[in-house]
Amino acid sequence: MTEVFQQLINGLALGAIYGLIALGYTMVYGVLRFINFAHGDVFMLGAFAGYYFAPLVNRFLPAQSYFGGALVLVLAMVVCALIGMLIEFLAYRPLRNRPKLTVLITAIGVSLFIEYTCQHAAVFGAAPRKFPDLIPATTWHIGGLVIASSQVIVLVTTLILLIALRFIVQKTKVGTAMRAVSFNEQAAVLMGVNINRIISFTFGLGSALAAAGGILYAMNYSSIEPLMGVQTGLKAFVAAVVGGIGNLPGAALGGLILGIVETFAGGIPGLSNYRDGIAFAILILILLFRPSGLLGKPQVEKV
Amino acid sequence: MLEIKNLAVSYGAINALHGISLSVKAGSIVTLIGSNGAGKSTTLRAISGLVKPQSGEILYAGQNLAGLPAHQIVRLGLSQVPEGRMVFANLTVHENLMMGAYLQHDKAVIRRELELVFHTFPRLKEREQQIAGTLSGGEQQMLAIGRALMSRPKFLMLDEPSLGIAPLLVKTIFEKIVEINRTHGITILLVEQNANLALEISQFGYVLETGKIILSDHSAALRQNPQVKSAYLGG
Repeated sequence: MTEVFQQLINGLALGAIYGLIALGYTMVYGVLRFINFAHGDVFMLGAFAGYYFAPLVNRFLPAQSYFGGALVLVLAMVVCALIGMLIEFLAYRPLRNRPKLTVLITAIGVSLFIEYTCQHAAVFGAAPRKFPDLIPATTWHIGGLVIASSQVIVLVTTLILLIALRFIVQKTKVGTAMRAVSFNEQAAVLMGVNINRIISFTFGLGSALAAAGGILYAMNYSSIEPLMGVQTGLKAFVAAVVGGIGNLPGAALGGLILGIVETFAGGIPGLSNYRDGIAFAILILILLFRPSGLLGKPQVEKV
Repeated sequence: MLEIKNLAVSYGAINALHGISLSVKAGSIVTLIGSNGAGKSTTLRAISGLVKPQSGEILYAGQNLAGLPAHQIVRLGLSQVPEGRMVFANLTVHENLMMGAYLQHDKAVIRRELELVFHTFPRLKEREQQIAGTLSGGEQQMLAIGRALMSRPKFLMLDEPSLGIAPLLVKTIFEKIVEINRTHGITILLVEQNANLALEISQFGYVLETGKIILSDHSAALRQNPQVKSAYLGG
């Protein structure tokens, strides 16, 4: 039983990170109806931003402190928000009225470009690096459970970010405009909404969340490298689809489910190597019965 | 107030408008009638900046709107209630109205405008917190008009406000259109397939056929015109 709870905690921590990344996929899909395949790489850039910001922050804030860690997180989020907006501006905006497939291929190109540029020795280099300890490394033993401070931070940070995101999307003017654009772009234009600005904001918001995911991931798995966004990004994309692409609570839910399923599959003796296979098989099953995702509504083709 | 000169619009190889000219006097209701595909909606879309004209001018208060981005045209005081209403079905009635006031930053002005819209359409106040997708067709049309009014337009374009609405409500909606014109002093350009009603409430009308204006006259005169009678007024 303790084993089950332990796996549940591990799975929740991993799932929360998938959820944070999945939100970016789903938000961008909501306003542009396309999958930004470079999103996983923004997650990677977030981890590297944290790697480089940590020593800077430690000049005036003690290393391994919660304040210092929080500042590194915020700085990385800001930088990645700007990077996300830049990617949209340079790569996707010129293709705004082109077929979606063109933009999709471009996204794959952007992804490869970031990955291989970052592997160059003059940038980050291909070798994995050890991520610095941002917060005090403590482990708590409760009953038979072992809980790391970094896991608690993942869950707390994710919760705070989800509440903040919900507030932005539901209560602010720009959030209302995001939902309006997502429902009917043309009607939003007729209200005087500058669509480009809303799309740019959406990329910024999603990229900031991916950066947070990158830092939290790096805190828990301590090693970072330029291709770390490939598989994690792909899984977060799947999480967004399972939750119902375009649906924000769905992305968070999909992330949690994927994280938990993956962790449990990895805990079965003799099957841990098939972890990802089992996780994806379950997701395919979910999609067989709910093709539009757990919380997604079936798209009605309008004529 | 609005003057269109030789406006031509094409979608790819298809010419939707072959150089039409029309003018709308300040404070009046002008209607654009014609059958499906005549180019009525395209005219409104061109004025709102949703489609770029091939050639021609759209002069509003002396300024040429052709080529301006859509969101800037709203800023100048032109607002459109699009065909099929296009309310944000995923947003509440209140949020829809707030989207209408998107460019307005003064909270007091927004509150006052909201009061006016609720005064015109009391039904919207009852439904304020309801999700717009759950409203009836007529209520959605009221919301679409209310939403357009929230931007405090001087010039309002309505695209087929009677489409898909219960006949009883159509009468109410048209009464409201007249009320908006009279009490708010908003100039109205009305596109309708229901030519009877449109010519009844308007002062001037244009008849559009396959992208060309084939007739224009005072509405009262158009209603007596044998050509209009047989083609658009059902005999």
